Amino acid sequence: MAIISIIAFAIITIGAFAFFFVKAKEIYRNIQLGQKEDLTDQPGKRLTNMLLIALGQKKMFRLTIPAILHLFIYVAFLITQIELIEIFIDGFTGQHRLLFHLFRDTLNSGFLTGLYTFTISFIEVLSILALLATFAFLARRNLLKIPRFLKSELNGWPKLDANIILIAEIYLVTCIFMMNGGDVAREIVATGESPYGFLISGNIVGPALSGLSLEVLNVIERIGWWGHIIGVLGFIVYLPYSKHLHIMLAFPNTYFGRLKPRGEISNMPAITKEIKMMMDPNADPYAAPADGAEAAPGKFGAKDIQDLSWKNLLDAYSCTECGRCTDACPANQTGKLLSPRKIMMDTRDRMQEVGKNIKTHGPDFIDNKQLLKDYITVEELRACTTCQACVQECPINIDPLDIIVQLRRALIMEDSNSPEEWNLMFSNIENNAAPWQFSQQDRDKWAKELTQ
Amino acid sequence: MELKVPTMAELAAEGRTPEILFWVGCAGSFDQRAIKVTNAFVKILNHLNINFAILGKEEACTGDPAKRAGNEFVFQMAALQNIEILNAYQVRKIVTTCPHCFNILKNEYSNLGGAYEVVHHSQYLQELIDQGKLKVEGGGTFKGKKITFHDSCYLGRANEVYEAPRAVLEALDADLVEMKTAKSKGLCCGAGGAQMFKEEERGNQRVNQKRAEQAVETGAEIVAVGCPFCMTMLSDGTTEKAPGKVKVFDIVELLVQGKGL
Repeated sequence: MAIISIIAFAIITIGAFAFFFVKAKEIYRNIQLGQKEDLTDQPGKRLTNMLLIALGQKKMFRLTIPAILHLFIYVAFLITQIELIEIFIDGFTGQHRLLFHLFRDTLNSGFLTGLYTFTISFIEVLSILALLATFAFLARRNLLKIPRFLKSELNGWPKLDANIILIAEIYLVTCIFMMNGGDVAREIVATGESPYGFLISGNIVGPALSGLSLEVLNVIERIGWWGHIIGVLGFIVYLPYSKHLHIMLAFPNTYFGRLKPRGEISNMPAITKEIKMMMDPNADPYAAPADGAEAAPGKFGAKDIQDLSWKNLLDAYSCTECGRCTDACPANQTGKLLSPRKIMMDTRDRMQEVGKNIKTHGPDFIDNKQLLKDYITVEELRACTTCQACVQECPINIDPLDIIVQLRRALIMEDSNSPEEWNLMFSNIENNAAPWQFSQQDRDKWAKELTQ
Repeated sequence: MELKVPTMAELAAEGRTPEILFWVGCAGSFDQRAIKVTNAFVKILNHLNINFAILGKEEACTGDPAKRAGNEFVFQMAALQNIEILNAYQVRKIVTTCPHCFNILKNEYSNLGGAYEVVHHSQYLQELIDQGKLKVEGGGTFKGKKITFHDSCYLGRANEVYEAPRAVLEALDADLVEMKTAKSKGLCCGAGGAQMFKEEERGNQRVNQKRAEQAVETGAEIVAVGCPFCMTMLSDGTTEKAPGKVKVFDIVELLVQGKGL
């Protein structure tokens, strides 16, 4: 019996991790579809950002209540991993609470046994806090009318995805208490007292269950144990399909975040080269590019995910669709079509689609679709005021504005798709050195009038 | 007071270089309302005998609206020409009353060959106040008056200048009140990203109406700004929302009024 359970455990564990590894490779390959960009300078500053923003959740606390609720689930998730160590050991060896017995019986260490009891108790307390947070989150998503959870881009899968994970959280916590509580109760039934001093299972759940028969308690404990590990492995398999990928990608995403001032929009070196050539009377426009010179870019700006930087694509996979960006967006607040969250979701969906095409039809397949227009409309792009509120609010430093600007560039410089008023503004800047139709000769008129 | 507004060319002809270049900007040069802000800043500069100059006819648009609209060509054409002129005059320090000029000169000109120390006039004024050069004698016009400050995106979030403009208002002894969203959470006025130069997209409200609502809700009599585009947007918005009740001024205008210059 034990050998069958060990084999079953090994198969599902290895299977789940292998599946995740294959999907993770696909995600990595999809991110590599983007343009190269070196984001490895100043490692110290990057590490600090990662520790403060991803590990330390610093930017989450711009909204206090959701930050505290999220923190409960986050810390519970992190700390519960400790319990998994024993579950894996037990699963592969066919033992029961091997660490506990090792600490108490073999090593006879009061300290380690105490530490074990403390850790499980701590996990139990965090599990209750996480459970409370989960109920609060379910209410926030489904009962309370919180605007950022009611936007149309969440209809369908994204909303279901969020609820699935919350329900899975309830399931996992239930399993933990079935496992620990069942264990305590059957010890009480069998020997009169439990050797486990777990805070909640030992004092509440276990005693409450101890009226049941030993057979039933054995089943409860096993359902809890297997249910928990199957839940955890199921979560790993589910992760690549879900916004919950942020639990991993938040770390690289904050590490590789751009370190420039928020207001800076990068210059395009390819254009600098063109203009310098235009301004240089000795330049030969027909000359072959010098050896080692970069080839001219295929296009100016971005029309599809391959034109974006790999960091934009990592941003898209890291997004957990919380909608703080959209909530802060002045365009969205005043009823415009633009939603920065949708920009990120569209980028990810298009990237998934391109990835799927590569997998089924090979790397050269063209599906005659692109991010610009097929996913993100001109009207959305036009509504952006570049105010950076979306960038400011993102808890893990995602930059929707960077994508918006790159798509705008392609609209203007590739498609000459520009509102008439903007065309006028462009030609005024070129011809009159001001966005309005005033003569440059009148630029100091105010000064003459002031000093007269 | 006799006001002087020398140009870089005039000073160069006399073999002099000014301490700072006052970058006036397009709005500050041509927009009737923004010109009043330009004038106010010139009054302060003259009052303190600061050795400054403007580029005058040699100044040109920084290219900011073109860049934010997506026209990198027009932006870089403008930028590279401006950089040639700025470098020819060996400009080191620039002060400007426009956050858009401030941001782009500070952050986006540097890797095109134009590295300057660039400050917004709020920072410059704060510096003068801190050094004790600029004093507002107590009990001025604004003592106890409710003033709210609107953070410009390109001053605030973009470059994290939140305190300097507030320090100027505090020097006026005003009762500074904050809007529902302020500082890093401050709502945009609706002009950025070249929106100033086109109609807004379809929606249920204009952005400036929303921001004006927040400003009026504070009960302040004066909305202080530090940007010519925010000035236009909020003047329109507050006039619509609370006609005749709220006035919009740039911080330097308030300073000039406070000092009675």
